[in-house]
Amino acid sequence: MSHGDKTSDISKALDNWSKGVEEKLKKYPERKPEFVNTSGIPIKRLYTPLDFHEDEYLDKLGFPAEFPFTRGVQPTMYRGRYWTMRQYAGFATAEESNRRYRFLLEQGQTGLSVAFDLPTQIGYDSDHEMAIGEVGKVGVAIDSLKDMETLFEGIPLDKVSTSMTINAPAAVLLAMYIAVAEQQGVRPEQLRGTIQNDILKEYSSRGTYIFPPKPSMRIITDIFSYCAENVPLWNTISISGYHIREAGSTAVQEVAFTLANGIAYVEAAISAGLDVDKFAPRLSFFFNAHLDFFEEVAKYRAARRLWATIMKERFGAKNPRSMMIRFHTQTAGCTLTAQQPMNNIVRVAFQALSAVLGGTQSLHTNSMDEALCLPSEEAVQVALRTQQLIAYETGVADTVDPLAGSYYVEALTKAIYDRAEEYIKKIDEMGGAVAAIETGFIQREIQDSAYRYQKEIESGERIVVGVNRFQVPEEKPTDLLRVDPAVRISQIKKLEALKKERDNHRVAESLAKLKKTAEGEGNLMPPILDAVKTYATLGEICGVLREVFGEYQPSTTLG
Amino acid sequence: MGHEKKIRVLAAKPGLDGHDRGIKVLASALMDAGMEVIYTGLRQTPSQIVETAIQEDVDVIAMSILSGAHDYHFPKVMELLKEKGVDDILVIGGGIIPDEDIPALKECGIAEIFGPGTNTQDVVDFIRKNVRRS
Repeated sequence: MSHGDKTSDISKALDNWSKGVEEKLKKYPERKPEFVNTSGIPIKRLYTPLDFHEDEYLDKLGFPAEFPFTRGVQPTMYRGRYWTMRQYAGFATAEESNRRYRFLLEQGQTGLSVAFDLPTQIGYDSDHEMAIGEVGKVGVAIDSLKDMETLFEGIPLDKVSTSMTINAPAAVLLAMYIAVAEQQGVRPEQLRGTIQNDILKEYSSRGTYIFPPKPSMRIITDIFSYCAENVPLWNTISISGYHIREAGSTAVQEVAFTLANGIAYVEAAISAGLDVDKFAPRLSFFFNAHLDFFEEVAKYRAARRLWATIMKERFGAKNPRSMMIRFHTQTAGCTLTAQQPMNNIVRVAFQALSAVLGGTQSLHTNSMDEALCLPSEEAVQVALRTQQLIAYETGVADTVDPLAGSYYVEALTKAIYDRAEEYIKKIDEMGGAVAAIETGFIQREIQDSAYRYQKEIESGERIVVGVNRFQVPEEKPTDLLRVDPAVRISQIKKLEALKKERDNHRVAESLAKLKKTAEGEGNLMPPILDAVKTYATLGEICGVLREVFGEYQPSTTLG
Repeated sequence: MGHEKKIRVLAAKPGLDGHDRGIKVLASALMDAGMEVIYTGLRQTPSQIVETAIQEDVDVIAMSILSGAHDYHFPKVMELLKEKGVDDILVIGGGIIPDEDIPALKECGIAEIFGPGTNTQDVVDFIRKNVRRS
C-alpha cells in the first residue's frame, strides 16, 4: 500500500470518528467551546499521523547533534551526562554568597550561577546615591576585585563552571573573574562559564541597561572577539528569552524576540569584522519553563530548528556548532504564587520536566518561597532535589528526545516555528530587533500579552490554583530570609578602606587609558582588565564609560 | 456619575528594580476603569516621584517594588510628601512585600499594600473608595 493510500484511509476513518464524536457532544459537551494555548495556537481534540508527515522526518527532525538539531545538540544527550544543575544564587555580601555556593556544591550542584545586586548590575558602587535601599538585596554586591576574590574563595575556578547574570557591565565582571582565576593559578583558556551579556532584552524586558544600544553592541562584540582569542571555552552571551517571558510574552513571542535579538548580535559581530564560525559557537541561550507543558517542550524544539536554519541560511555558517542552540532553562518565576506556596514545588517540577524533555543543557529550579522573599536554604534544597528526582528516578533521561514523533508535540513544534518565523519577518521589516525595541514595538507586544493573561485570570477563564480557585484561608509565613540593611554600610566601609590602600595613581592611569580606548575603536576588554587589576571599582569603570557613551533614555509610553 | 473629574494616577517604579510587568498591567487596568494614568518609567528616586506627582496634580500614587527596597523607598516618598505639605494624595504600594513589613509601611501613611495574586479590580475599587481628592 502506498503512503498516499494510508493517508487517505486515516483521513476517512478520522472523519467517521469525528462525526460520531460530534453526536456525543450534544449530550456531553467539552469543557470549553475551544481550546487555545497561551500563544494563541488552537489545540485540536485529537492529533493523528495526518498532523506529522514522516517523509519530513529527515528535513525537519533529523538526528541529535545534526542539522536542524530539533532532537537535541548532543548525540547521546542525558545518556552521556545529565544537564548541569545550576541554582541562581547570591545575596548580601560576598562572604555570605560564598557560603551559599559552597553549600550548593556540597549538595551536589554542578555549576554556579551568580546573582548580583541591582547597583552592581547597573554599574554603581554601593556608596552611590542610587544604591540606597538596594545593596545586597537581589544578589551579591560587588564593588571591586576585592569582593570578587571573597566571592570565589576556596572554589577552584578550573573545576566549576560559573554563570553570571550580568549585562551592561558584563565586561567588567568577566575581567574580575579572569583576574581571580589568575590569582588561583588558573589560565583564562581553562575557564568555563557564561556571562548573560544580553543588553537587548534589558531594554525590552528586564531593565538593567546603562548605555545606549550602539556602544552597548560594541562592548558585546568586543567581548566576543576578546574571548574567541583568550577565553575560548567561555559562553560570551546568553541570549535570553527568560525575562521576555517573565515580562508577559507568549511562548511564540519568547522564541521570536529572543532569536531576533540573536540575529542582531550576529549581525553586529559580522559587521565588526568577526568570522561567524569563530564567535557563533560560543553563543548560548536562556529560556523560560512555563506552565503549558507540551507547548514548552515544543518551544525548545522549535527554537533549535529555527536558529539552526537562520544561522545556516541567513548567515552562511558552516560549523555545525554555530547552528546549535545550547540553552539554560529556568522555571517561570511569574507562575509562583504567594498563596499556598507549597504548591509551587509541584509547579516547578512540571516545568522542570518540560525543560528536560525539551533538551536543556542546564537548569535552575525555582524555590517554593520566591513569591514571598529570597529563597531559604531549605526551599533551595527542595528545588535542587526536584531536578535530582527527575534525573535519577523518573527515567526520562534514558533516551534522546523522548516526545519526538508525538503527533501533538510535532504539530505544536511546527506551529511555534511558523509563528515565530512570521514575527521575525515582521521585525526584519522594521529594521531588526534594535529598531523594534527603539520604537517600542516589542515592549508593547509583551505588555499586551501580559495584560491579556491577567484578564484571563480575573475573568476565571484561566485558573490559578490557590489564587482564583481552591483558595483556603491562610496565614502568610513569617521569619523570611531578608538582607540586613547594614550590608550597605559594610560595603561602604570596604570601599573606603580600598581607596586608601590601593595605588590611586595606577588606578587613575588605567582609567585614563580606558577612556581613550572607549573614545577610539580599540577593544575595550584589555583596558578593562588592567583597570580591574589596579582595584579600580566597578562604579569608577562604568563611570568612565558613562562619560564617553552616555546613558540610555527609555520611552515610558503605555500601551 | 460620568461628569466627575477623572481620577489621576501616577504609576511609579522607585529604585533600580526593572520588574515592570505588574505596574504596567495595573496601569492598563486602571485606564480601562476610566482613570488617567501617568507612568514614570524605571529608576525613579523618591524625590522624582514626589515632584512628578505634584506637577501632574495626581490623586493617587501607585508604587511597585519587587527588589526588596520598599523598606527604604516607600517611607522616603511619604516623608517627602509630608515635607512638601501634601497630605491628600492616596498612596498605595505593591510588589513582593513581606507581610511583616506592612504595618510599618501603613504607619508611615501608605494606605494599602497589594501583593502577588491581587485582582486588579480590587485595586480599582480601593482607589475609588479611598481617593481623597476629586
